Amino acid sequence: MREILDDIERWRLNNRRIAVARVVNIEGSGPRDPGASMAVNEDGEVAGSVSGGCVEGAVVGEALAILHGDMQPRMVTFGYSDDEAFAVGLTCGGIIHLFIEPLNW
Amino acid sequence: MADTPSLYEELRDRIRSDQPTGLCTIIDGPNIGAKLLIAPDRAPRGTLGHPELDRIVTRDSLAELEAGRSGVRHYGPQGQTTPEDLIDTDTVSVFVESFAAPPQMWIFGAVDFTAALAKVAKVLGYRVLVCDAREVFATRRRFPMADEVMVSWPMPVFVERGADLGPRDAVCVLTHDPKFDVPAVMGALTTRVGYIGVMGSRTTHAKRMERLTEAGLTGPNETDRLMSPIGLDIGARTPEETAISICAEIIARRTGRKTPSLRDGSGAIHSAR
Repeated sequence: MREILDDIERWRLNNRRIAVARVVNIEGSGPRDPGASMAVNEDGEVAGSVSGGCVEGAVVGEALAILHGDMQPRMVTFGYSDDEAFAVGLTCGGIIHLFIEPLNW
Repeated sequence: MADTPSLYEELRDRIRSDQPTGLCTIIDGPNIGAKLLIAPDRAPRGTLGHPELDRIVTRDSLAELEAGRSGVRHYGPQGQTTPEDLIDTDTVSVFVESFAAPPQMWIFGAVDFTAALAKVAKVLGYRVLVCDAREVFATRRRFPMADEVMVSWPMPVFVERGADLGPRDAVCVLTHDPKFDVPAVMGALTTRVGYIGVMGSRTTHAKRMERLTEAGLTGPNETDRLMSPIGLDIGARTPEETAISICAEIIARRTGRKTPSLRDGSGAIHSAR
């Protein structure tokens, strides 16, 4: 959270709605430890990261769905998908569990 | 009356002022998203939905905060933790995120290597203290990147503040001057600091070990704590490269990886160019 506070504050000043995704658990090889975080505002702007760039695109989609009310705060899991080379996944072979929620607390 | 800050606002302010804080969030189970903000110096704020669950999670998360760990813990809806109590009941998964105060690096000796090391340490998130007894060298202007610059002999600093140092922290002694090195090393050994590195050539190191023995350095338990000569054997030459070799050694010692430290080798530290 520390690294994304400045961006979050700037968005809050502009009354942007914000969702925050945090790594809560990793299995096997994972690029970022629990606590790594990423924020997305309603315009799709991004701050921070939760992996080495592998799943951030998909996280933006999930975050926007939550901000638009199409989805509730929830855990999202990304793993390695060998047979779908272009599916969202981690090339490192690890599994990453994220919690995504609106910043309304 | 001023509005009570939201949990986020309080967390933001505490992170920015380096006050240790934990954020507990239900990530699976009933009351998903419910939060509890905990800190060692004040009562918890928020609730996870049951007073007993709040009490147990507060207890556990304070311990996690002390250790600087973040992770997921599982409980019964009323905070049950024993496996028998969790049979046939919904479990609550709580993400306990620790925002510990940043680790500290104390650098003794206000030399060129100090400025480079302070810079790299800041990149890694350390709170950096630079200390030297010589007033003309220990100036803010020479070390603008340091959080604190002190003109002092080492011992008073350890007497006053040594208890603040813990396993995540580092003491780096860069002076090469036995008048200053010896008390800095002896002072560091009285603390729980996780890393003690001492700069110097192998000749300086050998002479320093004699003086340290005279000063009361006892057995291998104490000698083993010293990384001397300081740094990994990566052939570093400039102050900046040396700073990287020192910080890399600190990381390797923390993670327990086998890396070639200068301490464990022999021969010249700098090969002929």
